[in-house]
Amino acid sequence: MPATDTADAFVEFDRVQKSYDGETLVVKDLNLSIGKGEFLTMLGPSGSGKTTCLMMLAGFETATHGEIRLDGGEINNIPPHKRGIGMVFQNYALFPHMTVQENLAFPLEVRKIGKSEREEKIKRALDMVQMGDFGGRRPTQLSGGQQQRIALARALVFEPELVLMDEPLGALDKQLRETLQFEISRLAHDLGITVVYVTHDQTEALTMSDRVAVFDDGRIQQLASPDVLYEQPENSFVAQFIGENNTLQGTVEEMSGSRCTVKLANGETIDAVPVNVDRPGQKTVVSIRPERVETNLARLGEGAHTLKAEVLEFIYMGDIYRTRLRVAGRDDFIVKTRNAPDQPRLKPGETIEIGWLPDDCRALDV
Amino acid sequence: MTDSTTGPDQVTGATPDNAIRNADRAEDGPVLAADGKPLKASLHRALRREKLRALGLIAPLLIFVLVTFIAPIADMLFRSVENQIVTETLPRTVAALDDWDGQEVPDERVFDALARDMIVAVEEKTHTRLGSRLNYETTGISSLFRQTGRDVDDVGELYADQFIELDEAWEEPMTWATLMGSEDYLSEAREWQARADEGGMFFDEMPPSFELRDGVSDVLPQTSEMFQQFARVMREQNGEAPTGEEPWNITYLTLYEDLSTYTDAADRFSGQSAELIEQAAQAVDGFETTDMRQTFLDIDEDWGSAETWGTIEAFSSPYTSGYFLAAADLQLTPDGVERQPEDQRIYGLLFKRTLFMSMVIMFSCIALGYPIAYLLSNLPMRTSNLLLILVLLPFWTSLLVRTSAWKVLLQQQGVINDVLVWIGIVGDDARLQMINNQFGTIVAMTHILLPFMILPLYSVMKTIPPSYMRAAKSLGATNFTAFRRVYFPQSIPGIGAGCILVFILSIGYYITPELVGGTTGTFISNRIAYHISTSLNWGLAAALGSILLVVVVVLYWLYDRIVGIDNVSLG
Repeated sequence: MPATDTADAFVEFDRVQKSYDGETLVVKDLNLSIGKGEFLTMLGPSGSGKTTCLMMLAGFETATHGEIRLDGGEINNIPPHKRGIGMVFQNYALFPHMTVQENLAFPLEVRKIGKSEREEKIKRALDMVQMGDFGGRRPTQLSGGQQQRIALARALVFEPELVLMDEPLGALDKQLRETLQFEISRLAHDLGITVVYVTHDQTEALTMSDRVAVFDDGRIQQLASPDVLYEQPENSFVAQFIGENNTLQGTVEEMSGSRCTVKLANGETIDAVPVNVDRPGQKTVVSIRPERVETNLARLGEGAHTLKAEVLEFIYMGDIYRTRLRVAGRDDFIVKTRNAPDQPRLKPGETIEIGWLPDDCRALDV
Repeated sequence: MTDSTTGPDQVTGATPDNAIRNADRAEDGPVLAADGKPLKASLHRALRREKLRALGLIAPLLIFVLVTFIAPIADMLFRSVENQIVTETLPRTVAALDDWDGQEVPDERVFDALARDMIVAVEEKTHTRLGSRLNYETTGISSLFRQTGRDVDDVGELYADQFIELDEAWEEPMTWATLMGSEDYLSEAREWQARADEGGMFFDEMPPSFELRDGVSDVLPQTSEMFQQFARVMREQNGEAPTGEEPWNITYLTLYEDLSTYTDAADRFSGQSAELIEQAAQAVDGFETTDMRQTFLDIDEDWGSAETWGTIEAFSSPYTSGYFLAAADLQLTPDGVERQPEDQRIYGLLFKRTLFMSMVIMFSCIALGYPIAYLLSNLPMRTSNLLLILVLLPFWTSLLVRTSAWKVLLQQQGVINDVLVWIGIVGDDARLQMINNQFGTIVAMTHILLPFMILPLYSVMKTIPPSYMRAAKSLGATNFTAFRRVYFPQSIPGIGAGCILVFILSIGYYITPELVGGTTGTFISNRIAYHISTSLNWGLAAALGSILLVVVVVLYWLYDRIVGIDNVSLG
């Protein structure tokens, strides 16, 4: 499904730039191809340009430079109502003066679809989101989750091939969000629609998407599937933004193909995978995921690194233990270990040995 | 699926709604508080303190509003039906008119009563007020009353002369005072007189209240009543005692009549008084008499017109529908309610014109204000605040200045006409008449009331998130459809609020129509103001005001029925 080259791209941003004030670029040189049926998430902190990209695609903002193509044709100058793109808004944007049914009928009426067909489509769309009994209600009589289901049904009722979602679950509580995350991705795959989903919640991005585009500072920092994004972040922004991350600062000592040696601040040297460092002497940030660090060295395989660490804090979280350690002069080093019989429960003040495999340790830019 | 199973109606357990429902359902007596008393009573007691405190906080304003707003309005509305002036000024005449047939000129009895009433009214100077009041109903009555007021003093003079001829004592004020006043009163009056002589010109003590001698009203009923009136008026109007003034001529007439009826009146008196009465009683048979009716006809022949008497009779009840009838272009005639003559039906026209022009002004305000409000609510905060100041700017300019500015612009030698002539659109001899007519009023008032439309519209539009329009467009609606079906319906509360404000303000507007309305552009309120300040017909002004109030309330009610007052939002 992911578009590997521009030829079979369904949605395509080609060197798109956007500026609101003529001085600063909100979107800087965006190139992105989205395949048909793909679920692509734009993830990034607020102000990173992700929503602007979505609005340009929907037609509510015009690109300052570059081309946006939909199904092969340029859409820069096509008004939003002719693009045929479904859209779900963060505040649901259900029309408060219409009932649920009227809300769903709206896109069908403006497309001049006959009454009987309209009713059939509305019924199908409502059933799809399990809201079949709520047709006569007004939006204000519904809970937030119900409203979002209706908004989803409304965006799908006229059978668009592309649906845009602008932080649709942002206003919901955690449990509801998880339910709806699952439902949205199930619906998207069942219907075979292409979804461009904007969020600043990385868990949401990881669980729902085929690919995730991480935005920062108007650029895509990394575009990859969730597992690659998590396990092989290409720069320290992505490593920091996605999931929890331990960082150790140091200098590259030696480069040897797929390995490099990094000298840490306290003088210790460790091996790491060089990602965007290329020469000795360069400053680097070494990133290790908390769950890839072992406190029980017996569990580690060949070639593992070990370091001394002092336990600062031990938190029992049920399924896991979360331990804060002082490592190489930094006291914010986190280790997550599974709650298993062979895992020691550490005490603050203890000095222990920790270790990890060099493959899990990535030397990134500063 | 947490949310689909917890719809508003499916929530179970302790929510406020459910608690209330359960409380309603409970049938096993009232809920009791911890001390065994009913919970409701405890709650009531707990809240009473708070209620009293709240009442104390609003009390100053409440009293202020009651005294300065509610009470004057109630008083003003009351004036539209109040009509006590006729019965208060002509009590005897009104009573005598009770069995009048309404066709012929009334009989002697009525004129007798009129003479007595008029004398008192003239001395109290209330007859001209009554004349003006009745003149609203029938023109000419005002001058009739003034004329009568000048000549009515002489009524009864003939009798006075004859009594004095009989005995010169009748000319003496003391004779009368002794005859009528009680012993207590006479001694008090003498003391007062003594103090008055002593005090000289700085003496300002009121004379004592007159008290009638015992039994005198049985034998000289009319005389004693008239003398009492005389004493009262002397005391109240002039600050004098009847002991020092010769009574009115009419008193002699009443004495003549009493003595003719009660020939043994002298029995009740003693001393000199008894002699005087005895002598007079024997002489009255030979007195020369006058015809009271003829006397009045001689003063003014209008007293012989059934219309005059019909008006007095028609307005003799203490409450009248006359003002309301007049305000509805009707009049109360002796034959019942009739329409005013064609050329005097102005109020219906004015009401219709006021409503029509207020509507036009309201719609002009919507047409001009809606786009501005839309623009304001969609601009960035900085720009919209600046524009909002421009919208509010007219509020900081005097109403008179703004209206005068419109005069400068719109008059025939004004800026707009000059420009049109200069361009050549209209000829110099055919300059447009744009002021002192309806057009001028509509233009000026639309300008003045525009902010009252823009502000509620703006405050409502501000709350409509732009995402609604975006959603509509993303669903396939053109700009126009999105506006018509999504934006406009949500801005209706603002339109409703603006309409109510503008319409109700303009329906009662006064100053602008007065200045630029000419004759064809004035409102009903101009007429009300005229009656308040120029014609002083407050009753009619109050009736017109009441009708206006009712019209507004009815329109408001209709509005509530059709649009729904919940659909009005001031933001």
